Amino acid sequence: MAAEPKTKYDRQLRIWGEQGQTALEKASICLLNCGPTGSETLKNLVLGGVGSITVIDGSRVEVGDLGNNFMVDESSIGQSKAKCVCAFLQELNDAVKAKFIEENPEALIETNPAFFTQFTLVVATQLVEDSMIKLDRICREAGVMLIFARSYGLTGLVRISVKEHTVIESKPDHFLDDLRLNNPWTELKRFADTIDLNVTEPVAHKHTPYVIILVKMAEEWTKAHGGSLPSSRDEKKEFKELIKARMIAIDEDNYKEAIEASFKVFAPLGISSDLQKIINDNCSEVGSNSSDFWVMVAALKDFILNEGCGEAPLEGSIPDMTSSTELYVNLQKIYQAKAEADFLIVERRVREILKKIGRDPHSISKTMIKSFCKNSRKLKVCRYRLIEDEFNNPSIPDLQKYITNEEYSVAMGFYVLLRAVDRFAANYNSFPGQFDGEMDDDISRLKTTAVSLLNDLGCNGSTLTEDLISEMCRFGASELHAVAAFIGGIASQEVIKLITQQFVPMSGTLIFNGIDHKSQVLAL
Amino acid sequence: MTDATTAPSRSRDLDKLLLRPGNLVGPIFDPGTQLREDLKEYVRILVVGAGGLGCELLKDLALSGFTNLEVIDMDRIEVSNLNRQFLFRLEDVGKPKAEVAAKRVMQRVSGVNIVPHFCRIEDKEIEFYNDFSIIVLGLDSIEARSYINSVACSFLEYDSDDNPRDITMKPMVDGGTEGFKGHARVILPGRTPCFECTIWLFPPQVKFPLCTLAETPRNAAHCIEYAHLIKWNEVHGGKAFDPDEPEHMKWVYNEAVKRAELFGIQGVTYSLTQGVVKNIIPAIASTNAVISAACALETLKIASGCSKTLSNYLTYNGVEGLHIKVTEFVRDKDCLVCGPGVLIELDTSVTLQKFIDLLEEHPRLLLSKASVTHRGKNLYMQAPPVLEEMTRSNLSLPLFELMGKATKDIVHVTGIENKDDKKTSCLRKLRVVFKGIDGIMDMDMAGGA
Repeated sequence: MAAEPKTKYDRQLRIWGEQGQTALEKASICLLNCGPTGSETLKNLVLGGVGSITVIDGSRVEVGDLGNNFMVDESSIGQSKAKCVCAFLQELNDAVKAKFIEENPEALIETNPAFFTQFTLVVATQLVEDSMIKLDRICREAGVMLIFARSYGLTGLVRISVKEHTVIESKPDHFLDDLRLNNPWTELKRFADTIDLNVTEPVAHKHTPYVIILVKMAEEWTKAHGGSLPSSRDEKKEFKELIKARMIAIDEDNYKEAIEASFKVFAPLGISSDLQKIINDNCSEVGSNSSDFWVMVAALKDFILNEGCGEAPLEGSIPDMTSSTELYVNLQKIYQAKAEADFLIVERRVREILKKIGRDPHSISKTMIKSFCKNSRKLKVCRYRLIEDEFNNPSIPDLQKYITNEEYSVAMGFYVLLRAVDRFAANYNSFPGQFDGEMDDDISRLKTTAVSLLNDLGCNGSTLTEDLISEMCRFGASELHAVAAFIGGIASQEVIKLITQQFVPMSGTLIFNGIDHKSQVLAL
Repeated sequence: MTDATTAPSRSRDLDKLLLRPGNLVGPIFDPGTQLREDLKEYVRILVVGAGGLGCELLKDLALSGFTNLEVIDMDRIEVSNLNRQFLFRLEDVGKPKAEVAAKRVMQRVSGVNIVPHFCRIEDKEIEFYNDFSIIVLGLDSIEARSYINSVACSFLEYDSDDNPRDITMKPMVDGGTEGFKGHARVILPGRTPCFECTIWLFPPQVKFPLCTLAETPRNAAHCIEYAHLIKWNEVHGGKAFDPDEPEHMKWVYNEAVKRAELFGIQGVTYSLTQGVVKNIIPAIASTNAVISAACALETLKIASGCSKTLSNYLTYNGVEGLHIKVTEFVRDKDCLVCGPGVLIELDTSVTLQKFIDLLEEHPRLLLSKASVTHRGKNLYMQAPPVLEEMTRSNLSLPLFELMGKATKDIVHVTGIENKDDKKTSCLRKLRVVFKGIDGIMDMDMAGGA
């Protein structure tokens, strides 16, 4: 018996759509270590219908595992952990291909780097620094996406490592509508000219959409002010007063909306600094190896500098607003027509560029270019340093900033301590506080290790508190279920963003602070 | 201290936190094996909701050292739950969520006992909720949160200086999600803001004006709501629309398509029709996992003191990068729900019936169909019929007599609050003071008597 996938996945299809779901169903994910952090990460992905999973873990289930991992039970004791976890995960969704390999991930990284090239993405949990660095190099070279996740007592981390991740559908929560109220194109201006704001018929007056009101009021203002828009606070206030003065009844929602939306008239012309950065990126000088994304950016750049007169292609949609149906639908058509015209120009440029760089001019689909144009103001490019580079050469100004800033200091402390415990383990063959009875010694050893680490990073005068160091020893490398579920939840969310190429993945290292929940993302 | 290295124990990882002293911990923290055993023995936790959050919460709590759990949920399992409610399988569709969730967690985590309650939260006696040490909420409705909040706050007693008595405080941990966003909060009634103190955090749902639907539809949702709210009644007369009836949904969809064509509007789909009509909130496994984990961790901290607690509201947003923010909200000193209670001054002659009538007119309460309890004793119950009949005779008796001639005391009333054209079930705590006896000043504030 199988459920209709559309019904089963309904609540998530409303977030990432059919396209996002297809991308998930094509992805193959590899998990290293299936303790609770890894198991919980995969659980969320299996439920969402990821294509295939491969669980890699060389350990056997112990009694202690029953207390923090839901995917093993009494009957699992002594058996391969990878096998037991894999069996439970398969139970959650039979559409997912689930397999396991009973092998130690560290050994696999050492002996068989080519193994990892078959995956879309690797989720590496509970790895120590040395293995992280090695795996990172392997995946970077093979173009395999990588996410590190680690739970450690009441702290932990999540870190993405991908050379470059580009996003067309970033789907931000709040984004300024693309209405061009202060810079209407010919058709919009002509349409506005056909409408008289002073119409005396009350029903018509209260159903003039605010877009028209604002286009006309902005034009009126610029005529009276030598071509410039309201800019000072007083001018903006005056502009709103002028709109208010046009109301002929107190219940005119369209005028209220116009006053509320008047800030859209004051918006600066041209593209945002973020988009400017993208079109100025070296990658926008395309060659035969450029990705589709950068080919489209190159076309976008040409459009902005030529036909667009400094603006990106029009998005083409308008928000809901009080209006008669007829005016609203006509207005919609005008916006759509302009967006279509802009798209056709970009499409032509994309085809030309493809031809120039020796690629099939039709290798990028119309749908893709259309989506690119519609989202062109919201494009995102995320790049991640190699873990090794971050570890050896962290950004010193950022490091100093985090250490001295009260909001960040605990998270920064945990960042340093999470690295220090690995150095500690390399020296003493166990994590600080892993065993009872050596707590006091471990605390002073961990302190020495952390201070020397900070010195190596070029940070003198450690501001690590004694309390935090003791706390780290108290944690004793424990993997608490609730912390693992939190870290695993975030890791799976970032996997989804990377695979669907929608939304924006986090930029640095998330340091979880389970003491007061003041977790932070540190970019170093 | 037990030696974790010699005795293999399920509690291997948790012991690090519960058995070892620490510096960044709560004031009540008393580490040791006794604490671990006390969590098992004495702490009773209620999980409200067995949906996306509830399933995660039960698992997280069962693996955080708690063994006495109960769960309450009135819903049955649907196919669209399966993308995140990981305790349910396709063959469970149609079964009560609370029962299946409890069974699954008990199967996997030995030593844990979970009692399921397949009913509405309002169906339980108020005293049911007093049995728990901590109440954890995994809900998706403001009304249900508000109700549980008022119940938990009703147990709070104040001393003669109006300071909350800690022993009567019923902690709540509340989680909520929508897509990639969510919140987790800790409510310690009397100390941190209750749900009602910060009700403004949940803005009212936007509804389309009927005239827009009837006269000037502009988008697909307008056409769907026209078919759902106007056309359905026109055509079907008295027959109620059932969103779970596929035939009804299809009818609305077809009507919406017709209307959209008539007005030249694009975008009506079956999926959107369902979304608009049922007010579907998008939901995914990862956000539920994150928020539930934060709630479970806070529950463990409240119960054990093993670390500081969240103070007091966490917001989570994973849409653009990752943003986790903690805000310390403050209590509303005049809060009707977690404050010392609304003061009601009465003459000793006021009957219970008159008292119930007064509540309906009281400007701060506007409470109709009230049931009244005093110190756990039912003075009058609107339902069930048996109880109504048993308590009906009290209506004609003076409240003063019914309350054992106490000159002032707390009375709990449940009923329907009728505010801003909205009816919601609620529970209110009232401080009843009788005038003109034993030094109580007769301020003659009327009171209707």
